[in-house]
Amino acid sequence: MTVSYEAALQKYEPVFGLETHVELGTLTKMFCGCVTAFGAEPNSQTCPVCLGLPGSLPVVNERAIEYAIKIGLALNCSIASWCRFARKNYFYPDMPKDFQISQYDEPLCTDGYLDVAIGGKTVRVGIERVHLEEDTGKSLHVGGATGRIQGAEYSLVDYNRAGIPLVEIVTRPVPGSGFLAPEVARAYVTELRDVLRSLNVSDVRMEEGSMRCDVNTSITLIGSGTWGTRTETKNVNSLRSVERAVRSEVARQAEVLDAGDRVIQETRHFHEDTGVTTSGRSKEEAQDYRYFPEPDLVPVAPAVDWVETIRKSLPELPSARRARLIEAWSLSELEFEALRNAGALDAVEATVAAGASPADARKWWLGELARRANDAGLEVAELPITPADVASLAAMVATGKLNDQLARQVIEAVLDGEGTPDEVVAARNLAVVSDDSALTGAIDAAIAANPDVAAKIRDGKVQAAGVLVGAVMRATRGTADAARVKDLILERLA
Amino acid sequence: MSELTSKTAAELAAAISAGEVSAAEVTQAHLDRITAVDDKVKAFLHVDADDALSQARAVDRRRAAGEPLGALAGVPVAVKDLFTTVGAPATCGSKILEGWYPPYESTVTRRLREAGAVLIGKTNMDEFAMGSSTENSGYGPSHNPWDLTKVPGGSSGGSAAAVASYQAPLGLGTDTGGSIRQPAAVCGIVGTKPTYGGSSRYGVVAFASSLDTPGPFGRTVLDTALLHAAMSGHDPMDSTSINAPVPPVVEAARHGDVSGLRIGIVSEFSGDGYQPGVMTRFTEAVELLESLGAKVTEVSCPHFKYALPAYYLIAPSEVSSNLARFDGMRYGLRAGSGSAEEVMAISREAGFGAEVKRRIMLGTHALSSGYYDAYYGKAQQVRTLIIRDFDAAFGHVDVLISPPTPTTAFDIGERADDPMAMYLADLCTIPSNLAGNAAISVPVGLAPENGLPVGLQVMAPPLADDRLYRVAAAVETAFTERRGHPLLTEAKGLS
Repeated sequence: MTVSYEAALQKYEPVFGLETHVELGTLTKMFCGCVTAFGAEPNSQTCPVCLGLPGSLPVVNERAIEYAIKIGLALNCSIASWCRFARKNYFYPDMPKDFQISQYDEPLCTDGYLDVAIGGKTVRVGIERVHLEEDTGKSLHVGGATGRIQGAEYSLVDYNRAGIPLVEIVTRPVPGSGFLAPEVARAYVTELRDVLRSLNVSDVRMEEGSMRCDVNTSITLIGSGTWGTRTETKNVNSLRSVERAVRSEVARQAEVLDAGDRVIQETRHFHEDTGVTTSGRSKEEAQDYRYFPEPDLVPVAPAVDWVETIRKSLPELPSARRARLIEAWSLSELEFEALRNAGALDAVEATVAAGASPADARKWWLGELARRANDAGLEVAELPITPADVASLAAMVATGKLNDQLARQVIEAVLDGEGTPDEVVAARNLAVVSDDSALTGAIDAAIAANPDVAAKIRDGKVQAAGVLVGAVMRATRGTADAARVKDLILERLA
Repeated sequence: MSELTSKTAAELAAAISAGEVSAAEVTQAHLDRITAVDDKVKAFLHVDADDALSQARAVDRRRAAGEPLGALAGVPVAVKDLFTTVGAPATCGSKILEGWYPPYESTVTRRLREAGAVLIGKTNMDEFAMGSSTENSGYGPSHNPWDLTKVPGGSSGGSAAAVASYQAPLGLGTDTGGSIRQPAAVCGIVGTKPTYGGSSRYGVVAFASSLDTPGPFGRTVLDTALLHAAMSGHDPMDSTSINAPVPPVVEAARHGDVSGLRIGIVSEFSGDGYQPGVMTRFTEAVELLESLGAKVTEVSCPHFKYALPAYYLIAPSEVSSNLARFDGMRYGLRAGSGSAEEVMAISREAGFGAEVKRRIMLGTHALSSGYYDAYYGKAQQVRTLIIRDFDAAFGHVDVLISPPTPTTAFDIGERADDPMAMYLADLCTIPSNLAGNAAISVPVGLAPENGLPVGLQVMAPPLADDRLYRVAAAVETAFTERRGHPLLTEAKGLS
């Protein structure tokens, strides 16, 4: 790539937009009673309806409508009082009916927005629409070098995914982010994921494909007041990839324009390994989907009362929670983001609720526990320690019963399944030794074993005391208060 | 013809329930009739004698055990080959589905099995129900029992011919633009298109989803009503199914009465293109209805003249999408090799007949970007105007009447190369499909010029299906009395 992202931004204004597909976490599929569990034996979760067998008919899953309305309300959308499904017609082997039941010009939710916090400021991303549709089956192309259909010897199709309810959430174009465009795109997807998670309507696992993004990108000369030609990048399946895809596409388009060529409106594929996009089929020669209202379904007309009931049942959304916690815990925006990015919000909040101070709760979850989770390859929330455990630990430290070093030992024991902090402390007979006389022997032994160090301290090299403190702490198996030990050593050698 | 095959469904069900005859004997008699005449009529595509007899014996066992029997206990029913039934193929008259055995049962046939009916075989049809003669079948045409050189109408021509030739007392069809009423008319039997949504489409291979209506054939009005009642009712598997009680059609069929009934003649359905004998019998029927006490007036439905063109945009549009799934990937015919796209294209080229391809192309064009508003969109507006014409008419009459089709049965081959002439067979029936209301064709005599049967179409508002049977039963009773015997006994094709 001859034009860097940084160079491109000197000259061009990037505009991005996102189409996010989210598999809803309903127990059954969009138009039939088949279960939706991930990872089952291929083609074991199918029936005449989701296989599109001749004569079968779809029936709308009311729970999927409810979930989509929830999403629409959380994204500040208007909910249609009457709308229809439409057929999107195109031929593909993984689509059993060779049309997809989707929504076209009558989506369920329209005209909303999502506020995205980034670097201490807020960007409002417009939501054009949220609509419902059915997922396709999954093709496995066998025998080719790339795993793509080109060059494959044969293809296998798993229809377990066919008919799983999807919502498609489409943003309006987002201009004006300038250099931050890739990060804003990522922050939007992150915020959207958190909103969906708080609504409990999807497991939003990008790695399992239950949340998938198509990224539209265009660039235009700064100050031109016009829009550039956009490309649609598919296969963007992690938060990091969202950011990289925008970045690489901006740079690529800048290179095209700088060379005097025009950007072609096309679908492009993002490659996770190289971080670049390559051309797919051109939209300019794209098929005509021949949308028309789905005649096998009756219109969806959610009653106003129902929508209001759903609105009242919405949980606290991430933006509201953010404002509340920043206020209650006296956090900066960046401190909050650190907590959220670590996935520790719920744990910290529960720990505070169990009696710990916000500062102590954050200290343990972002410190020792985050480190251990990282070592174990887990999310902090997956560690086998409860917020109540952490709160009780913090209380013992606060009252001086434990010091930090002992507390870390207790954490290790709790994680090893030795019981609650109270049980561990009792079983191991752990407690800070606060009786100076109990330390005298250990201090004398340490001085006797390190005469040269003792001499240095007598000569005024106080920092050398660390060696003796360490020896005492080892000898007392950490039960001593290190600060007190240091004081006692300095008194003895004064 | 045996004594058993000449009986009505009502008589058979009563005799079987009373133990006067076994269901197995009744089924065997009809299987024998099929063996005797179907090489000439070619009504059936698939008959499994063992399966039919085993269904019949199950009815006999239930009777022997003293269990309650359904309304159609032991009565054979001929089933149009687009209903899915477990254990039998469903070709839809198409080569593209040759050999496909559906793994699930349609709601209508499930209900019939529960009512004790014996599904005796699957009947011929125009491919995917597109046609008015059964000549578009991928398996050759069926023949009219009145004159084997004539078509039995279509698309449900196989079921109509089976009932008219006493191979089954009852038949199942579907009516998308007239595919029950027109074959009923030209075969001299009764056929009903119920209110759209009154009978479930689940397990009925789709032609045009917003128009397709499964319905009954019988040789008598009462038999037709019995089948109508048994097959109908709300089905949660079909979103367009109406959640309302089945109209009291059997009661109405037992009490034909038109005294005081307000009947409107659709003035648009007469004149050029209507065979003289068809109009003679129609006029005679009007006089009969007046003599029975009906108040007959003429009613204009000014938009009905646009029904045919609107239908030929809406139905093909839905066809182009509904028939996309026949792509050779998962079931049915697979032809050619190469990429998935190539196999799909070659399979569809090889498997579909000319009329199906014509409609897929028409519909693909009508829905395409830039043409949608002018074609599909405009046709839907016409559809609304036709519904309003019906609403206005039903504001001051109880039922509307017209000929069901402009001519009697035509020669096999006569219209095969002239799609427009073929389409005109459904001129009078299409408005009820576009509006979703109920309509029936009941025999009213033979055309003097050729001795072929003529029907009368009666149309009623949605969910007023019972009115059809009140009128049809009155007409049937009066004409049968006048002739001294059922019209169908005059059919000469097999004698």
